[in-house]
Amino acid sequence: MGSYILRRILQSLLILLGISFLTFVLLYLIPADPARQIAGRSATAQTVENIREQLGLNLPFYQQYFRYLTGLLQGDLGRSYLQKTEVGALIVSRLPATLLLMLGAIVCELIIGLTMGIVAALRRNTAADTSLMVLSFVGVSSPQFVIGILLLYIFAVQLGWFPIGGYGTFQHMVLPSLTLGFLGAGWYSRMMRSSMIDVLRQDFIRTARAKGLKRTQVLFGHALPNALLPIIAMIGIDIGLFMSGIVVVESVFGWPGIGQLAWQAIQRVDIPIIMGVTLVSAFAIVLGNFIADLIAPFIDPRIKLR
Amino acid sequence: MSEAALHPETAGMPERTVLQRLLRRKLALFALFLIAVIVLAAVFAPLVAPYDPSEQFFEGLTLEGAPLPPGPDFWLGTDLLGRDLLSRLIYGARTSLIIGVVANGIAVAVGAFVGILAGFFRGWVETVLMRFTDLMMAFPALLLAITLAALFRPSLWIVAMVIAMVNWVQMARVVYTETRSLSEREFIAAERSMGAGTLRILFRHILPHLLSSIVVFGTLGISTTVLLEATLSYLGIGVQPPTPSWGNIIYENQTYFTSAPWLVFFPGAAIIALALGFNLLGDALREVLDPTQKGRS
Repeated sequence: MGSYILRRILQSLLILLGISFLTFVLLYLIPADPARQIAGRSATAQTVENIREQLGLNLPFYQQYFRYLTGLLQGDLGRSYLQKTEVGALIVSRLPATLLLMLGAIVCELIIGLTMGIVAALRRNTAADTSLMVLSFVGVSSPQFVIGILLLYIFAVQLGWFPIGGYGTFQHMVLPSLTLGFLGAGWYSRMMRSSMIDVLRQDFIRTARAKGLKRTQVLFGHALPNALLPIIAMIGIDIGLFMSGIVVVESVFGWPGIGQLAWQAIQRVDIPIIMGVTLVSAFAIVLGNFIADLIAPFIDPRIKLR
Repeated sequence: MSEAALHPETAGMPERTVLQRLLRRKLALFALFLIAVIVLAAVFAPLVAPYDPSEQFFEGLTLEGAPLPPGPDFWLGTDLLGRDLLSRLIYGARTSLIIGVVANGIAVAVGAFVGILAGFFRGWVETVLMRFTDLMMAFPALLLAITLAALFRPSLWIVAMVIAMVNWVQMARVVYTETRSLSEREFIAAERSMGAGTLRILFRHILPHLLSSIVVFGTLGISTTVLLEATLSYLGIGVQPPTPSWGNIIYENQTYFTSAPWLVFFPGAAIIALALGFNLLGDALREVLDPTQKGRS
């Protein structure tokens, strides 16, 4: 167990190193000239050259990467080219909003997805089951910007129940969380359905029924906890899905998180911010997978860590 | 005498009945219907579309210059430039399908190639390829695609390449896992002991076994591709106007969505219909093609 965890941590670190390298290569190759951008249009060639010198942009590729990596190891993600602030500080100031949004999305997808899955499993092979499963397919087939705009139109513009965008109160959270959780609700409902069906077929459920327990007792006391376990292991993996979704959802709702930060930086070719957000997202994905793998054997002792 | 009676041992083999079994499923039929409608509209766009998709009609705007709602002249209404929305949607289907087929085709080919190489040859080939695949798995896909698309000057083909670069990973993992377990099976060892070469084993014995997974994940992949293209185009870094794409129609018109919601709803519905079609078809194919799933659910 101990050696497994150690190996997985090393593996994860290697993946992060690879990602930092890949992102660096990618952004090194792009045609934009950061020094010219920082200096502005009217700057002299000398000023641009000075800035280039200052940022180390005239160094050979490997030295630039090495500089970046040493900075990273000291927790320094670099400085934004245009906002003249530390990227790390920018991300930290935006992170709470994103985490709050993700939390809301997890709550939404679990409530919607699990309810749909349980109902479908109990009404297996009926019209209700089929329509719920088609609905879950609609969930995984819907682009998040369409869902977001649709929810905005119905609940903010027409009904006026929620604000059109922004951040601050519980009311602001509802629509973005629903939008971000919609996709996951589709996945969860299908997983929950098959997990529940598997559990309901097992012997201990028949035993529970045979010893005269009420249907609801069997369902909520025996079947549900067991069917839920494999689902919980998936929450870590969800973080990866979210990391892609936040860029769109935050831009639709004007949510001030790291997705919006990344999107603004991409439009202005502010490379240090793009790299910083990519690394933070990759870190979250790696961490999520790591946690999912780690708790899997506790949830199902048949899984052995290797 | 019927075919089945002549060859009782092959009667009911999956190869013979995949299509029949697929057509017995209502959801698969529904999926095929959705896909067929969109494919036919795209192929016969010049015949089906009521107007030229880029023609700006003077009578396509109100006196105040606002887009027209759905009506007898313009069935789905007009957009902010007075162009017919239905015609733009029909031509937009071409964009979605071209990207769906090209980008997903490349992703499937690259993914399958990487997966087979890593799973069959093992050793350092496996280590290098699969560690790289792991790395790509941890890359936030949309963020990567957005960055790439924003940095290159987007065109239809660049967008297709960007999507392919992001989407091959899933296929590589699936094919890798299957190839690995296949190449450890006895019949492969038997082939090799009878003197079969690497290429013969790969093409005659490994590839045919992988086909059903490639078909299933290839079909599901079209849906992912369509959604990614729509998202990139919605952000303004995918397919560029005036070429109509369902995503960029929403991008162009979103400022009007409170007064002209049809400009978001109809293209949105088209995206969902196409993605849903391929998702349902892929799922049905999985159940029809995968013998281990038989009798479940």
